[in-house]
Order: sequence, then C-alpha cells, then structure tokens
Amino acid sequence: MDFELMINSFPKLIGATVITLKLLSVSLIVGLFIGLLFAILRLNKNFFINRFAYGYSYVFRGTPLLVQIFIIYFGLGQIEYLRSTILWAILKEPYWCAIIAFALNTGAYTSEILRSAFQTIKPGIIEAGKSLGISNKIIFYKIQIPIAIRQSLPAYGNEIILMMKGTSLASTVTLMDLTGVAKYIISTTFKPIEVFIVAGGIYLFMTFIIHNVIKFLEKRYSY
Amino acid sequence: MELLAFGDTGWGDELFRATLMTIAVSITAMLIGFTFAAIFTPLKLSKYKSLNYIANTYTTIIRGVPELLVIYLFFFGGSGAIMFVASMFGYNEYIEINAFVTGSFAIGIISGAYSTEVFRGAIQSIDKGQFEAAEVLGFSKFKKFYKIILPQMLRLAIPNLSNVWQITLKDTSLISVTGLVEIMRQSYIAAGSTRDPLFFYSFAAVLYLLLTFLSMKLINRLEVKYSRGY
Repeated sequence: MDFELMINSFPKLIGATVITLKLLSVSLIVGLFIGLLFAILRLNKNFFINRFAYGYSYVFRGTPLLVQIFIIYFGLGQIEYLRSTILWAILKEPYWCAIIAFALNTGAYTSEILRSAFQTIKPGIIEAGKSLGISNKIIFYKIQIPIAIRQSLPAYGNEIILMMKGTSLASTVTLMDLTGVAKYIISTTFKPIEVFIVAGGIYLFMTFIIHNVIKFLEKRYSY
Repeated sequence: MELLAFGDTGWGDELFRATLMTIAVSITAMLIGFTFAAIFTPLKLSKYKSLNYIANTYTTIIRGVPELLVIYLFFFGGSGAIMFVASMFGYNEYIEINAFVTGSFAIGIISGAYSTEVFRGAIQSIDKGQFEAAEVLGFSKFKKFYKIILPQMLRLAIPNLSNVWQITLKDTSLISVTGLVEIMRQSYIAAGSTRDPLFFYSFAAVLYLLLTFLSMKLINRLEVKYSRGY
C-alpha cells in the first residue's frame, strides 16, 4: 500500500469530482424535463405520438451509453450541414456532447419512471378532483404531478445513482472527470489499487449522500 | 452498404465476429456473476451478522462505483495481482492475462452484485410455509433447496434477471477500452479507418438493439416455461 500516493492523489481527485458533479447536475435537470415531456407523450392517446415516445425510450434504454456518447461526439461532427450552423459551437465541445448524451439517456429512463408513476395514480383521485369542479390543467399540475413525484422518488433515486456512475463515461471523450483523472494517475503510477480505493471511496460517498437525501425526501413527502 | 460487405472490401465479417465476441463476453460474465451470486446470496441471508456484512460490502461497493473504474482496476491491476500470487508459489516470470478474461471477470463481478440482489429478493419472497413444509416432510437440506426452493426462486428471479442480462450486455461495451475487439471496439476501428463514425456507431447501436430485442424474446419464453403451474 502506497499511502503517500493515496494522500497526494486525493486533492486531484476531489478537483475532478467537481466536473463529475457538474456533468451530473446539468444532465439530471435537462433529463428531468425531457423525461416529463416524454412521459406525457407516452400517455397521449394518439398512436403516432405514443409510438414515437416509446421508440425514443426503447432506443436509449436498449443501447449502451457509450454508443450514444460516441454517436453524438464523433458522429454528428461528420454532418457538414451541422458544422455550418450555430449548433456546432456546442457540438464541438466534448463537455456539451457528454451532457447531451447523458440528458437524453437519463431522460429515457426518467420518462419510464414517471409514466408508470402517472399510471398508478388511482382514477378515483382524478375523478374526485373533477367532481369538485377543478379544471383539468390544475388537476394535472396540482394533483397528478405531486403524486407522481412522490411515487417515483425511490426509482428516481436509483436513476440518479446510475447516472452518477454513467458520468464516468465522459472520460472516454477526453473529459477529465473523476474516473478520467483516476485513470490518468493509474496509468502514470501503475498503482491501480490505491487509486481505486480513493476514487471509489469518493464515488461511494456521493452514492451515500444521494441515497440519504432521497430517503429523507421520501419520508418528508410520504402520506 | 458497401461498408458492410463481407470480405476484404467491407466491415461486415469483422462486425459479425465482433458481435459474436460481445455475446461470448456477456454470457461468460453472466455465468461468472452467477458464481459470485451463488457465494454471496447465502451470505446475505445468513443469520450471522459478520457474513451479512461481507456480502453487503460487496454489493454496496459494486453498485456505488462506476463500471468503468472497476474495469480500469482489473485492466491495470489484473496481471499484477496474478503475478503476485504466482510469485508466492515461486513463479517470477511476467504473466499477461488476455483482455477477454480480464473483461469478463470485471463485468462478471459487477453483474454478480446485481444477481445477488435479485436472488436474495426472490428467496425472501418465497412463502415461509414452503420452508417449514419441506422440513416437516423430512426433506434433506440439499433436496429442500433443489426440489423446493430453487424452482420457485427461479420463477420469481427470471424477470429481474433479464434486467441484469440487459445491464451486463450493455456494460460489455465498456470493455472496448481494454482493446478487446467487441462491437464497440470494432466500430471504433472501422470508424477510424473509413472516417465514417456516424455510420459505424449508429450501426453498433442497431446491433445492440437487435441483441437486446432477441434476448428479450428468448427470456420471455423461459419465463413462460418456469411459470408453469401458476
């Protein structure tokens, strides 16, 4: 055990954790909106809209995240047209490519979680709202969404942890996130176990925090 | 389409072989995972706190640390660990383990943590009366497990195991970082030499979709088979 290396690499790894957390938070926020949008589309009665939303979640859940990042980072740059548009400013940055891939990926999983949460709401609750003369819009925003959020908290907590682990793939497109820096230190010092313990410990700590925050929220919003 | 031709002109045969490699790694990893699950599930269910603790440490670490980091640990640390063990037996030559073994072992350990949780859940949701009835009827411990617990456990576990299979299949794409030529690595090579990444990575995505789709069909059949009598 090389304790000196562990102590020396700690600040570098903590610095890289900031990038991991940035990637995670931005893609979770964007992914939540995508997920909500597609969950609503899934519940739409129009066959084509419904199938489109299903196809989106099927493709993004059925392929590895690594493929998705590579298509966006390496693939999209190949389209000449894209290079001439304003979008290129975003797509040439590995940081934004990773976030787009993560957001689309977590959006697909989130849409499934939210859809099933919406579907488990008892029809009686919505009917009660209607019979009280509440408009459909307010039923949706004030009754359905809060209940769905509560229902989906445990599953969404898991998704946050999975996404946190997923951000490690950013290192494959040259970003120096926690895993990227860990790999760099391993490949320069050839001390995989020491670095794994420190970097893995940081990841576990984040998992622990996320897990407890979700547990707290579950308790707070339980009825 | 020319890009996918079989033979020297296209990448069809290479990608086909790479797909077989992905399937081979996934199955090997899944089996290694089952072996780990067979060891750690009893530990999880044991009445001894210290044994529970060991199993919980395993599943918590694996499920809380990114797969890629675990793969790097095995990739950079694997031959070192083997050489260390070998040196204790007086063998001091350089040993290199191939990417297939490292890769399926790394993915297998990850998949094993998920399988352990699935089996634990399945055994715990078997009706307690079943255990008691088996004991009352005088079944031996061995027979009780094979004839009564295992069949019921499999029925309950298969739907969740199919999730584990999907995760394992997708995780194998990460082994490409170690240089094992599976779908992702082959697409990377093809994309590099043809300068057509969009096509090859999209094609890789299609291959993965095809694999998940086909394996789902197969697993559904298994599910029907094991829920006979319900």
